[in-house]
Amino acid sequence: MSDAIIHEVTQNEYKYGFTTDIETDVIPVGLNEEVVRIISAKKNEPEWMLDFRLKAYRHWTTLTMPTWAHLTIPEFDYQSISYFAAPRKNAPKSLDEVDPELLKTFNRLGIPLEEQKALSGIAVDAVMDSVSVKTTFKETLAEMGIIFCSFSEAVEHHPDLVKKYMASVVPYTDNFFAALNSAVFSDGSFVYIPKGVRCPMELSTYFRINAINTGQFERTLIVADDDSYVSYLEGCTAPQRDENQLHAAIVEIIAMKNANVKYSTVQNWYPGDKDGKGGIYNFVTKRGICKGDNSHISWTQVETGSAITWKYPSCVLQGDNSSAEFYSVAVTNHHQQADTGTKMIHLGKNTRSHILSKGISAGVSQNSYRGLVRISAKAENARNFSQCDSLLLGDKCGAHTFPYMEVNNESAIVEHEATTSKISEDQLFYCNQRGIGTEDAVGLIVNGYAKEVVDQLPMEFAVEAQKLLQITLEGSVG
Amino acid sequence: MLVIKNLHASINGKEILKGINLTVNPGEIHAIMGPNGSGKSTLSSVITGNPFFEVTQGSIEFNGKDLLELAPEERANEGVFLSFQYPVEIPGVSMVNFMRAAINEKRKYLNEPAISASDFLRLMREKKELVEMDSKLTNRAVNEGFSGGEKKKNEIFQMAMLEPKLAILDETDSGLDIDALRIVANGVNKLKTPDNATIVITHYQRLLDYITPDFVHVLYDGNIVKSGTKELALELEARGYDWIKQEVEA
Repeated sequence: MSDAIIHEVTQNEYKYGFTTDIETDVIPVGLNEEVVRIISAKKNEPEWMLDFRLKAYRHWTTLTMPTWAHLTIPEFDYQSISYFAAPRKNAPKSLDEVDPELLKTFNRLGIPLEEQKALSGIAVDAVMDSVSVKTTFKETLAEMGIIFCSFSEAVEHHPDLVKKYMASVVPYTDNFFAALNSAVFSDGSFVYIPKGVRCPMELSTYFRINAINTGQFERTLIVADDDSYVSYLEGCTAPQRDENQLHAAIVEIIAMKNANVKYSTVQNWYPGDKDGKGGIYNFVTKRGICKGDNSHISWTQVETGSAITWKYPSCVLQGDNSSAEFYSVAVTNHHQQADTGTKMIHLGKNTRSHILSKGISAGVSQNSYRGLVRISAKAENARNFSQCDSLLLGDKCGAHTFPYMEVNNESAIVEHEATTSKISEDQLFYCNQRGIGTEDAVGLIVNGYAKEVVDQLPMEFAVEAQKLLQITLEGSVG
Repeated sequence: MLVIKNLHASINGKEILKGINLTVNPGEIHAIMGPNGSGKSTLSSVITGNPFFEVTQGSIEFNGKDLLELAPEERANEGVFLSFQYPVEIPGVSMVNFMRAAINEKRKYLNEPAISASDFLRLMREKKELVEMDSKLTNRAVNEGFSGGEKKKNEIFQMAMLEPKLAILDETDSGLDIDALRIVANGVNKLKTPDNATIVITHYQRLLDYITPDFVHVLYDGNIVKSGTKELALELEARGYDWIKQEVEA
């Protein structure tokens, strides 16, 4: 009798899994046209979206991974991974099964229990609080005509907007990772702010219930129409673990006439262990365009996670009198590597850009700033000011600065300043003598160093980011 | 309060302190004078636990505790304060944050709750007035862009905030003009109680016109070679250090 039941159950499972790949969300590893078609089909995408993906895929096959960054990237077999967010195989069932070190960090960051579960990959049935928050939040936004939804929903409900703006800033031909993302992107966020609307709250991926599982190929599109304003937050200060090693996201921002977009991100993907084993490869293409006159885009990033970071949030200043800012803190510890910076492409007249980059290196990590300032021939009276600071903790890490400037208009003023400093023994002893232990002293000094950037973050993010900087660098001195 | 016995200390293998004995009781002010390179600053560094120096022999006891067993921050939280000869700048760290961290670390060490924001601000205001410290300075980052005199005044301000049991002033008078010197000295005198003690390290007797020491010690070549009362300081001022050197070498 019992044998029969077992037989029946196993048979059923077997049958189910075997016949309906699509329904059980399992795509075989590797990438080919068929896989791209399956992804598109799973998402019930229209024909034009499939065409876009296929074009991107075909282009990707002609490309090779870029090697110009100051990074040592281990050989990566793109045919060895699965390209659709597969369900987690070994998801923990409760917090008891989660790495206690991770929980300690969560608690120190003050992350609520339900969120801790979600971040650890535990399946959370609807969290009542955030569901109701989300609903009221969505209603408020809808009344103002603001669209804030997942990318998939946007494809379904706002195809015209998506067709008009998607890939208009980062075409699939842009680079290797952009082509890959365009072919296989899983999901992401879509934001549209109508003319003259000032978004009354910070838009955050937190409010999207599927934020945690958007997977490794995220795609975000933010469109701010004439005279609008929006502040968008991405990421999470909690250490996010993910079984997918490769992350290749795209973020596109379009700011129309007089529009103002502020994009803030805190990235804390798993950086690997102290010996450099494991960790996420984060290869991201982020770019905005100040399309209309007097428009403004501001990028603020605090990067503490990932084993390897390859990321250059950039801005094309097309509209006259448009302006852009890039504020960055990038921390690397242990064996982490980061090659990050920005590109400011000045096309319009009287365009201004400001770059403030603060690198912090510890352990045996390598931290590079790479930035391009290009003033085109027609960009009369363009201005740029770049400040790139590096802070070294210990003597085994590296800090590098690669500033590129292309100035094709004589009226331009482009300035670049760079400093390199170390946390001195004298500073640490001074803090010690005032009763502050070395770990706390490092946190204090590093936060002082990063202050100008952290100050750009929205308040609640800033407080978390400060704690994060300290925790990331623990054990790096003394 | 402080009992130093046969203290030897070296830096990079070179012996600087060669058997210091010194006892400081509550309520006392001790002046330590001596020519350049005699080991005055080394003594203050070793008492406060600067890892740069190695103690090779001897003991330092503070209120019954073995100071040499304690980390620098623990010594600070036990109530040992050093007014640095060369205070460092800590860019971006506001004086407010720095002082609040210092006060709360001390409270944590003593198992007391963290200071409330209003109490902290009241304390800041009170102590600023005591040492005639400009609010412009306390609103800036720690010592960042401060003049030499402002840095010294800031040291005394921090001392006022932390209310140490033992304060060591390491050449606090150097680089001060006469007005700043008076303000700093007044601050030190106002903070004086029968329960705390002060060690004043100085080259010159000038500071001792304002801060009257109970004892004066002359440090020479890593040893206290002469001790006396404030008259000794006046004699040093008049005669220089050469006669001490001759006495020692004779």
